Amino acid sequence: MSILVDENTRLLVQGITGSEGSFHTQRCIEYGTKVVAGVTPGKGGSKHLGVPVFDTVERAVAETGANASLMFVPPAFAADAILEAIDAGIPLIVCITEGIPVLDMVRVHRYLKGRSARLIGPNCPGVISPGKCKAGIMVGEIHLPGNVGVVSRSGTLTYDSVSQLTALGIGQSTCVGIGGDPLPGSTFADILKLFQEDADTRAVVLIGEIGGMMEQDAAEFIKCGMSKPVVAFVAGSTAPLGKRMGHAGAIITGTAGRASEKIKALSQAGAIIAPNPAEIGLTVKKILNSK
Amino acid sequence: MKIHEYQAKTLLTQYDIPVPKGRAASSSAEAGKIAAEIGGRVVVKAQVHAGGRGRAGGIKIANSPKEAETVAGQLLGTRLVTHQTGPEGVPVSKVLVEETIESARELYLSILIDAVSRLPVMMASEAGGMEIEEVAQSAPEKILKIHIDPAIGFQPFHSRKLAYGMNLNGVQITEATRLMANLYRLFIDKDCSLAEINPLVVAGDGRLLALDAKLVFDDNALYRHKDIQELQDREQEDPLEAQAREWGISNYVKMDGNIGCLVNGAGLAMAVNDLIQYCGGRAANFLDIGTLNNPTRVVNSFKIFTADPRIRAVLINIFGGMTRVDVVAQGIVEACKQTDIPFPIVIRLAGTNLEQGQRILAESGISFIQAKDFYDGARKAVEAAKGVVK
Repeated sequence: MSILVDENTRLLVQGITGSEGSFHTQRCIEYGTKVVAGVTPGKGGSKHLGVPVFDTVERAVAETGANASLMFVPPAFAADAILEAIDAGIPLIVCITEGIPVLDMVRVHRYLKGRSARLIGPNCPGVISPGKCKAGIMVGEIHLPGNVGVVSRSGTLTYDSVSQLTALGIGQSTCVGIGGDPLPGSTFADILKLFQEDADTRAVVLIGEIGGMMEQDAAEFIKCGMSKPVVAFVAGSTAPLGKRMGHAGAIITGTAGRASEKIKALSQAGAIIAPNPAEIGLTVKKILNSK
Repeated sequence: MKIHEYQAKTLLTQYDIPVPKGRAASSSAEAGKIAAEIGGRVVVKAQVHAGGRGRAGGIKIANSPKEAETVAGQLLGTRLVTHQTGPEGVPVSKVLVEETIESARELYLSILIDAVSRLPVMMASEAGGMEIEEVAQSAPEKILKIHIDPAIGFQPFHSRKLAYGMNLNGVQITEATRLMANLYRLFIDKDCSLAEINPLVVAGDGRLLALDAKLVFDDNALYRHKDIQELQDREQEDPLEAQAREWGISNYVKMDGNIGCLVNGAGLAMAVNDLIQYCGGRAANFLDIGTLNNPTRVVNSFKIFTADPRIRAVLINIFGGMTRVDVVAQGIVEACKQTDIPFPIVIRLAGTNLEQGQRILAESGISFIQAKDFYDGARKAVEAAKGVVK
């Protein structure tokens, strides 16, 4: 098993004919992902990379039974594309697009309320269940099938951490990039819950960073609902204060945006903190060996 | 993106939110002229992108046009250092000259996006005029919050909750209702990430006025607001950060160390900075090169490193995904050919097209220190900066 995507995933790509969409769709197909449809308004009826293209998500779902969407739509149109996918009843939407206006995402979140779709991202590398399905832009070859779940707000730091695991012979059940935006579709806590319920995941790596409250929320879940070990790293201990966090924005979370506060919360909840970002793999190895 | 107070007040005026009478001046003579137009006592406020201006001497009272001219002259052309700026301060090239307002009460009002509820939240407080973080610490019960559902928008009942909650009365309730609705309209129309009026004063005559205003805009939404883009003041940025942006490197943040960093990905870039400190050094900057299609940004990054006199070593840490390692390698070689690099370069490469990248570096004949992994790179960069490894 794994979470979110596996051999039964029938992937639809929104924005398949664009340059990034084309490049990464090709890579996903080569990895073995079942890409069943593409959507580009105005190009319906054509084929791209051997995949049938439709004008609307609704039509693509009706004709191909797609059950997940991977999105490469430019930022100005991305929120609309997410809304279209939610409306079409796609259960999993993975949005790679970086640069979507925050107020657009406020509307997306409002529309998600009470609906069953799960959104991953935006501004994320996507999701991969090694050996089964790659729905994202990560390099497939660095992954190894196995039993450690990875969830992260970062892209390349995740690649590095996954490489550390693979180099040590530790495979991954699923790696989820939840993205670096302030209003992500899925949070750490959401994904931890899925890993907790997944029979094939024995331990989880959580890679957080400064800003927001998500790591603290994850800590709450670890304390109350997580029996599997969690290894955590929070990037940005040396980040200068106030460079990205607006001063009134800090009021809701207090000083919670700092790496030290997040590390404290995770540690108190029982997560094992990796001493530095180069020892995430080693820390996981120690935990697995001690079990 | 931040703008100046005088620009924010112009926007507030466009949205029918009352502000004190006044205008911005770029010269002391102009400041004197505005003061004469206003008549009586005026306040002269340095226009900089930083809080804490009052305590730093950036806000002065003048009793006559002559005095306004004098204090404007003392502020213009200087650099103001506040607790929010570095020791180098920020340049004052404009002052705002305004009528003084006799205030009966100082309130607080703001709108921002709450990441937990994922909704805009309006906050109001009777404890205006001080930094809201201090209020949150000392008297959190004095901060009132309402979350606004984008499906219904801002409603009159929202403003009644806040206005009665702040003990306003009579005609002020109506005024506050209009003012809050207008501020919300501005926040949504212009894609703000923060709209803050602090203090919102109740004047002696009972009117409500925005005495100070801060507007911050969502960078991701600037593409649909040409009018807001034009308000940008590059002079307020750190010179190296401004230069980086001009050269197409938007994710550069100056830090206080001496090791230049060039990394792809924000999380990895932060982690590199952290790891350098873990190894006993300090990064000179955060630099996420983003996704590259050509070597230009790498070459330009080196221009920034050579323009930064603090740099003693450079660490390049690339994990190729969308960005190809060979493109980065081309950039490094090109940069070394263009200029004499006066510091050691430590390079750690991994990911897409690694072999091609390594070959390009090896065949170029440039001198660099190779690192086998993430940790090795940071350790060697710290040693190189100390002059241990050449």
